[in-house]
Amino acid sequence: MAKLNVNPTRMELTRLKIRIRTARRGHKLLKDKRDELMKQFLEIMRQNRILRERVESSLMKAHSSFSVAAALMSPEMLEQALLYPKQSVSLGMNSKNIMSVNVPEYTYKTKNDDKADIYPYGFAQTSGELDDALTELSDVFEELLELAQIEKAMQLLAQEIEKTRRRVNALEYVMIPQLEETIRYITMKLDENERGNLTRLMKVKDMMLQQAGYGQ
Amino acid sequence: MQNTYKIAVIGDRDSILGFRALGLETHFADTPEQAGPILYRLAREETAVVYITEDLANGIAEDIDRYKDSLTPAVILIPGKQGSLGIGMASLKSAVERAVGADIL
Repeated sequence: MAKLNVNPTRMELTRLKIRIRTARRGHKLLKDKRDELMKQFLEIMRQNRILRERVESSLMKAHSSFSVAAALMSPEMLEQALLYPKQSVSLGMNSKNIMSVNVPEYTYKTKNDDKADIYPYGFAQTSGELDDALTELSDVFEELLELAQIEKAMQLLAQEIEKTRRRVNALEYVMIPQLEETIRYITMKLDENERGNLTRLMKVKDMMLQQAGYGQ
Repeated sequence: MQNTYKIAVIGDRDSILGFRALGLETHFADTPEQAGPILYRLAREETAVVYITEDLANGIAEDIDRYKDSLTPAVILIPGKQGSLGIGMASLKSAVERAVGADIL
């Protein structure tokens, strides 16, 4: 592992020791964050999978009813029947905070509260299958919105987890080993200097003793 | 104070005509090339949720990925009238892979 390019001084050593302490602490915190995010994510994922399966199958059912209706009516009639919707939906959005990730939370309000009153056409010229298809669609709508909410939350969480995971790994496998290596290098270097100094002093002492007590 | 947002559906005419009756904004597109600009325009206007049929989404995966990390719009794949192509589930899987680093499903 490559060490950082620093001068082997005592001051640098102190600085690096502070840095490694911060890095270790950050690493621990981020790791905790990642684990908690992962827990939330898996929970949401499970919900999402079940919900998606359910929505897809009910949508398919609505589609097939719709196809039957379309087959029974002329395309122009169908178009005309649905041209101007009676129902309208307004969507409100709040954001919810999951582990400092903002995920949307939708609330919706329909103009028409009566579920039986959504058909924007007269019943005389349309087939009953169309009514069935629309009922099925409006039934699935609530779940469809819930699916949007959950799926978006999942995407946002996935992104955050990826980011956190990268940071954890960068700290664990790059930053911290690098700092450790550098600290070791500086300690070695300083020790070596110390030893060099000591032997030099001993040598000088010997020389001085030899000079002073020549005859001893 | 709460803003109201729009919900839009993009798909071929037969698949999404019914959504119009529910009061959603419907945009017809028969090819992915047509759907791309529509999605772009919807994202700039205040659209919170965009439902798009799977067969269209297949062709503009890159455009959809662009909105994955932002709060709005949520681009959600729904099966068109041809049936579920499994792309919606696949995108769920790819999100898992992104988070966990491996496919655990």
